[in-house]
Amino acid sequence: MNMPLVLACLGIMGKGMLGIFVVILVIWALVALLGRVTR
Amino acid sequence: MQLFYDLFSNVLNFTWQEVLMILTGGLLIYLAVKREMEPALLLPMGFGAILVNLPFAGTEAVEALFNAGIASELFPLLLFIGIGAMIDFGPLLSNPKMFLFGAAAQFGIFFTLAAAAAAGFSLTDAASAAIIAAADGPTSIYVANYFHSQYQGAIMVAAYSYMALVPIIQPPIIRAVTTREERRIRMDYNPAGVSKATRILFPILVTIIAGAVAPKSAELIGFLMFGNLIRECGVLDSLSQSAQHELANLITLLLGISVAFKMQAELFLTWQTLLILALGLLGFVFDTVGGVLFAKVLNLFSKKKVNPMIGAAGISAFPMASRVVHKMGLEEDSYNFLLMHAAGANVSGQIASVIAGGLLISLVEGLL
Repeated sequence: MNMPLVLACLGIMGKGMLGIFVVILVIWALVALLGRVTR
Repeated sequence: MQLFYDLFSNVLNFTWQEVLMILTGGLLIYLAVKREMEPALLLPMGFGAILVNLPFAGTEAVEALFNAGIASELFPLLLFIGIGAMIDFGPLLSNPKMFLFGAAAQFGIFFTLAAAAAAGFSLTDAASAAIIAAADGPTSIYVANYFHSQYQGAIMVAAYSYMALVPIIQPPIIRAVTTREERRIRMDYNPAGVSKATRILFPILVTIIAGAVAPKSAELIGFLMFGNLIRECGVLDSLSQSAQHELANLITLLLGISVAFKMQAELFLTWQTLLILALGLLGFVFDTVGGVLFAKVLNLFSKKKVNPMIGAAGISAFPMASRVVHKMGLEEDSYNFLLMHAAGANVSGQIASVIAGGLLISLVEGLL
């Protein structure tokens, strides 16, 4: 097993999940803002 | 006799590998017709698999279609216009908390990446196998093609087969990680009204945000949101209908048979194909587990409890995943209606899976 590669992939896992949540949270915040502004 | 030999001599050129691939093509057609598993894709793929595995058969046209539509990444992008036009983001916009479950249910992609690397795949092949867990055909094709994966045939077969098998794959996993009490949690549905301006601005905002954070996903998310903008703008009904029907049907028709170009015996019949099928299944399992566990963690901190099964609907397979959750909710409690919550999580999964694909490309490229 290529341990350095597996460890690099675990790093990608952490960054990837963090990235998705950040993007989704920003979209959520903007949708909430849009909802208030356009109500 | 000589004439008979001249006519049928090519039959003797069949190798056992080609015969096996023709049987595989037959199996895909059987699953499409008899079991109605993603028939629009599995049937063209099955027929294409038969076509490209005939000995000495000319496959120039299939190859040209592959190069024009898949190697150029046009087919998955064009298909996304149709899909975007089909999706109603209303259940999500009226209940934006569901955004979170779409994000959580992408865990399987990154888990599978590590598993594929541990199984011996190179980083780019591991990423190509991992994207099966996006539960999203066009994204899977886009990412696998981006990395020039030689396993595109296996990846497509796995992605579309597992999407069709969501009603079989998800329930036992959901039951394994939830208690009966949790599955019986009822959720009130009091949707906030969604203004037309919000519906119109939403696809534009998502494109800008996702494109800025994960530029590699800009085209994918952009085409998906373009389709949705056509649907929601209210002045392009004819185009919206064409995107949902004619465009989506035409691209789907060509997509399946084009991918079959990568189902030639020498490319497909390898032990790596079996491994990719297993990794894809693992990805779907961990998508489901990730979504459900995230909902359970969220319940530790919130007064209004979420039915953890909603987390499982965060995968992109739409609308199968939301139907599965709704049905399981009704099985536990005949007054437990989860469909609209699950649909919100499900369409969030559509967006999150594309973003995940873009992030996967960016992060993997950063290591190359």
